[in-house]
This record gives sequence, C-alpha cells and structure tokens, in this order.
Amino acid sequence: MMMTTTSSFLWSCSLLPSQGPNRQTQWKRHEKVLSFSLSCSPKSTVKFYMNGALVSRQLSRKVAVSGVVRAGFELKPPPYPLDALEPHMSRETLDYHWGKHHKTYVENLNKQILGTDLDGLSLEEVVLLSYNRGNMLPVFNNAAQAWNHEFFWESIQPGGGGKPSGDLLRLIERDFGSFDDFVERFKAAASSNFGSGWTWLAYKANRLDVANAVNPLPKEEDKKLVIVKTPNAVNPLVWDYSPLLTIDTWEHAYYLDFENRRVEYINTFMEKLVSWETVSTRLESAMARAVQREQEGTDTEDEENPDDEEPEVYLDDASEEVD
Amino acid sequence: MAIRSVLSRRTLSSLKESSSKLLGLRGIQTFTLPDLPYDYSALEPAISGEIMQIHHQKHHQTYVTNYNNALEQLDQAVNKGDASTVVKLHSAIKFNGGGHVNHSIFWKNLAPVNQGGGEPPKGALGGAIDTHFGSLEGLVKKMSAEGAALQGSGWVWLGLDKELKKLVVDTTANQDPLVTKGGSLVPLVGIDVWEHAYYLQYKNVRPDYLKNVWKVINWKYASEVYESECK
Repeated sequence: MMMTTTSSFLWSCSLLPSQGPNRQTQWKRHEKVLSFSLSCSPKSTVKFYMNGALVSRQLSRKVAVSGVVRAGFELKPPPYPLDALEPHMSRETLDYHWGKHHKTYVENLNKQILGTDLDGLSLEEVVLLSYNRGNMLPVFNNAAQAWNHEFFWESIQPGGGGKPSGDLLRLIERDFGSFDDFVERFKAAASSNFGSGWTWLAYKANRLDVANAVNPLPKEEDKKLVIVKTPNAVNPLVWDYSPLLTIDTWEHAYYLDFENRRVEYINTFMEKLVSWETVSTRLESAMARAVQREQEGTDTEDEENPDDEEPEVYLDDASEEVD
Repeated sequence: MAIRSVLSRRTLSSLKESSSKLLGLRGIQTFTLPDLPYDYSALEPAISGEIMQIHHQKHHQTYVTNYNNALEQLDQAVNKGDASTVVKLHSAIKFNGGGHVNHSIFWKNLAPVNQGGGEPPKGALGGAIDTHFGSLEGLVKKMSAEGAALQGSGWVWLGLDKELKKLVVDTTANQDPLVTKGGSLVPLVGIDVWEHAYYLQYKNVRPDYLKNVWKVINWKYASEVYESECK
C-alpha cells in the first residue's frame, strides 16, 4: 500500500517536473540518505489560494527512490563558466549577480525556513505558499528571488540569440503575429517596467475563472503565450502561468556593464544571450503539464475535499444600478 | 567647477528656449535639470564622482525629459477632454515627476564635508531628533536599517508631520514622493536606495553605502526646511 502510494507519487513527479529543465538533477544533488520507510511521512494537505480559489495540494517531502529528503536549498551555478557570456555580460557581473545577490537570497532563505513548516518543501511550493494572494509572507522575497535567478541563468547561454523554431516559433507567430512583433513587445515591456522587476514570456493555460484585486483575471482564451511584467520578486508562477523566459531588469543585472542604459542591455540580451533551446524545452513541458491537468481535472474533480469552503469569489457585479 | 557650470548652463538655457518655443503658447510649466551646488567628485569618498555624474546627468535628466513629455501629452489630453488618456498618463507622471521631485531634494540633502556635509544638526531640528529618536545615532540607525531592508527600489525619509508636529521615518517605493505616504508629511532628508545610487561603488552591499552616506548629509538644509515648516 505504502509502496503503491509512493511510486505513484514518484511517477507523477517525473511527469510534472518542477519548472526548468535541470531541476531533477539539482534536487538529487544534496541529499542525506534516510531509511526509506521512515522518510515516507504521511502526506499532508496544504490549502492555499491561487487566483482567488482555495486550492488543496497534497504535499509530501520530495523523496527519490533511495529515500532522501531535501535539506536546504543550494546555490546552483549557471550552466556555463562565469566568463562565458563575455563580452555581452561580463565576468564581473556574474561574480556579483550570481556570486553575491543570488547567493545571498539562497542563504537568507535557508535561514528563514530552517525548522519551519516550509522546510523540506520544494522551492516552487515555498514561492506559491508565501505569495499568499499578494499579501506576501516575509519568506516570499528570498524564495521567489532564488527561483527567479536560477531560472534566469538557465534562460541565457553563450552564443545565444537568433530565432526560435518548431512549436515555439509557431506559437509566437500565432499569438504575437510574428517573431519581430514579439521581440518589439517584449523589449517594450522590459524597458517600461519601472523600478525593480522582471519581464517574462509565459505559457498561460489556466482553467480558473475567478479573480481578486491583486491577481490578473484569467481570460477566456486558454493556452496562449503572454508577456508579463512583474515588480520586485513576483513571478508568474503565482498566477498559475508557466514561465518560459525571463529577463532581470533590476539595476544590479546590468549596471556594471551598461550603467543606466537598460535598453542597450535588453537589446544585447535578445540578440546575443537568450537561449531559445531552453525556452522550447520549457514550452514542451508546459504544454504536457496542461494536457495532464486537463485529464486529471476530469478524473479527480469529484475527489476534491468536500470539507473545503466555497472559494471566495470577487466578481464585479456589472448589473448594479447606480441611483 | 566653472567649466562644468558653463556647460550645463548653456545646455539648460537652450533647453529652456526650445521648450518655451514649443509650449509657450499653452503656458504649461516645464522643468529643467537643476545644477548641483558642488562638483561631482566633491562627495568622495562617501559617494564617487562617477556615480554622481551618471546619477545627475543620466538618471535625473531622464526623469526630467520624460516628465516634460508626459506633461505635454497630459495637457493635450486635458484640452481634448480625453479622459482615458489622462488616466493612462498618471503612472508616467508619478514615476518621472516623482523622480524629479525626489532627486531635486536629494542633491540639496548632500554637501561636501568642507561645506558642512556630515555636521550634526543643531538648533530646533537637533532637539527634535533627540526628543523623537533619543539621539542622532538612534535616528541614523533606524533610517539605515529601514533603507537596507527596503526591497527593490525606493527611498528612506526623515519627514516632518506638519499636523501632528512630529518627526517620522518612512520609506517610499520606486519614485513615490514622501507625500504619497501622508498629505501632511514634509521631506527633510531623503536617501536614494535605488541600486543606481550606489552600485558602481558599493555593489550589492547597500548597508555600506548607508553607513557612509551620513558623512555627506547636509543637515543645514534639513534644519532650514524644518524651521520654516514649524513657524
């Protein structure tokens, strides 16, 4: 019984990897070996809000076949040497951006969650829980920034730039008209994101139909590519989107190489750095995830916990008369 | 200093001319980049000359330029009765107008050591600081802590609440002026904690910037504002 439960969890784990192509590798890397039966602690149900609806998630400690448990997040190095992005992004920038900023987010995150309920959850789960419908808990900043930066390093590569192909290009042309139009709009979004923040290409496949004052209203057109701007540490995971690409527009991301010239940084990013291969891989995962959830949705809707409260719904009543 | 002043005055006057030509008929007030009352390198070693130059000539100038553009568009939209455009322009006005307001105060909040930078406040403001925060060190500690903890971009302020007649420490996000935190708040000292204010010199170590900036804070100016508001 125990084995069946566990193996089905593992199966679903591999079909729905955490965002990003290299997560599985990272997740196995820093493990303490515990005895298998002991570590399979009972699943706990955690409820949190996503897009205004009360969501029940079965969360377990992420257990690999050998029975190991995550113990603190690690600062993963970029998938290339720190000087490999020169001259477009200097070694010095990587030394500070990865070696100090990103590192500090990870270290401070670990200090914050040690011994708490969040200890042992995946990074994505910590981000989603601490977002708290826009009323962020203190750990959100570090968790989301740790996630964002790892995602960012993997979004770029030496010899990057050029054009995407295959499904990704097809969807870009479908949803933005043309690749050039997409690039224009992405650049415009990134350069107009005032203050600190990130600009994203994301795959949107929400099924939810409620909104609240803080999170965007999912539109009727399902399953499309969108460009989103976020402030500070926020990322589109919190709106149940699948991030595909990001550019960091905090000043620390470009100041040593470009000073105030953010537009030049964005141009360089698009022409020389972006890794369309990674974006394509992420898109494939995102599309698979969407299909899987649709299938799950029809199977498991009845299994939703009957004790759940009705989701709080915030809808404008457009029919209200004003005297 | 003389050469830099001549250059900037020349640029400023031609800016004024062209903006008056374009907008003189409408009569809306446009803005120009204020001169610094000291050399770019005069605040060293607390703030490098490189930072001061880029901060003033690039960042603040961009806020002024974009603010003027937004105002011109606003003026047209108002005259046409185009309400949605008026509303749409509000964030550009807040960002860029706020950037201009805040930085104009900031340059006055700073002074070279040989012009009184870092000298503790005396008189009424000094007394009020001791009353509200125990000591100047207490105030500095509080403002530095809040400035360091601010996530993203923003400012940390010492303000005077005119109505309640007390000093307050507060932060604002992005380029929001202090008045957005309370209509009766008057900014006395603002410290820019956007990364562009310190990155080239202090990199990620914002607390070091906050430790050193106090050496060039111009308490004389803050005292003047305080005393005039308290009348």
